[in-house]
Amino acid sequence: MAHVNLSHFLVVAGLLFVLGLFTVLTRRNAVAVLMGVELVLNAANINLVAFNHYVVGGFGGQTFTLFVIVLAAAEAAVGLAIVLSIFHTFKTIDVRAADLMRE
Amino acid sequence: MRTPRKLLAWSLGSLAVIGAVTLSTAHLSPALAAWPARATQAGPLTLVDLVFWLFSALAVGGAAGVALSRNILYTGLALLFSLLGVAGLYVFLSADFLAVAQVLIYIGGVLVLILFAVMLTNRIGEVNVSNASLGWPAGALLMAIVAPLLFAVAVEVPWKAREAPLNVTTAALGHALLQRWLLPFELASLILLATMIGAIVIARKELKAE
Repeated sequence: MAHVNLSHFLVVAGLLFVLGLFTVLTRRNAVAVLMGVELVLNAANINLVAFNHYVVGGFGGQTFTLFVIVLAAAEAAVGLAIVLSIFHTFKTIDVRAADLMRE
Repeated sequence: MRTPRKLLAWSLGSLAVIGAVTLSTAHLSPALAAWPARATQAGPLTLVDLVFWLFSALAVGGAAGVALSRNILYTGLALLFSLLGVAGLYVFLSADFLAVAQVLIYIGGVLVLILFAVMLTNRIGEVNVSNASLGWPAGALLMAIVAPLLFAVAVEVPWKAREAPLNVTTAALGHALLQRWLLPFELASLILLATMIGAIVIARKELKAE
């Protein structure tokens, strides 16, 4: 293990997190905001697996990552259903337009 | 032919962003500034390193595409490359099952769902207008604050890293899931059921009885 070590993975995860944060902050399109959330979750997953591999050992980090992936899928399904519902109600998915919780 | 020029501008833009962030970090953190020198001291590049750099470039480049692309369809495709790169990185951390799960669930499930939502909510002719950005100076400012912090933590802290050989972990992960983490595993299935019902209820069209 001369070259690739823990810091490399942490830096890659940091880049993914920062770019995901940028996406969440700068997009008006609700679907694009959800994509940014997926990027942030992936950065957290890389951190979990990297620490599991290099520092802790065992399977705690990998199991946690598996649950995060499952919950991300659930979040995407419900989030996109809400986006579709917003689109039916307001005829747009601009996140600034959705300021009512009723029709 | 505007597409190759746009692609070039795109990759140059993402390179500039990554370079600016890295340079600003190197300015703040002496350990990261000494990083290239240390990397060349450690010996020639091995094939493993090269593949690692390829996958991390795929992940970070895809993420930059998600952050910077104006077209929502290109954003989805960039997300595909990013998720693929992350799946490759899992293999380097002896998480082979997670790599396969990432490809199956994220690319096969979540991404297809996202593309469906894009197709259903945008009139395809005007994909460009629909993805306008809002307040990117604020986003860039927050990025410039958060990124050096994260990188300084990643590089400066003396993590108690040990020599970790790569091995196959799928079978052991399965045993761990059905022994120690059995209750969370069953709860996850319950959550998926609730999600499925909830998504159907939220997204269906109301049948108004009049």
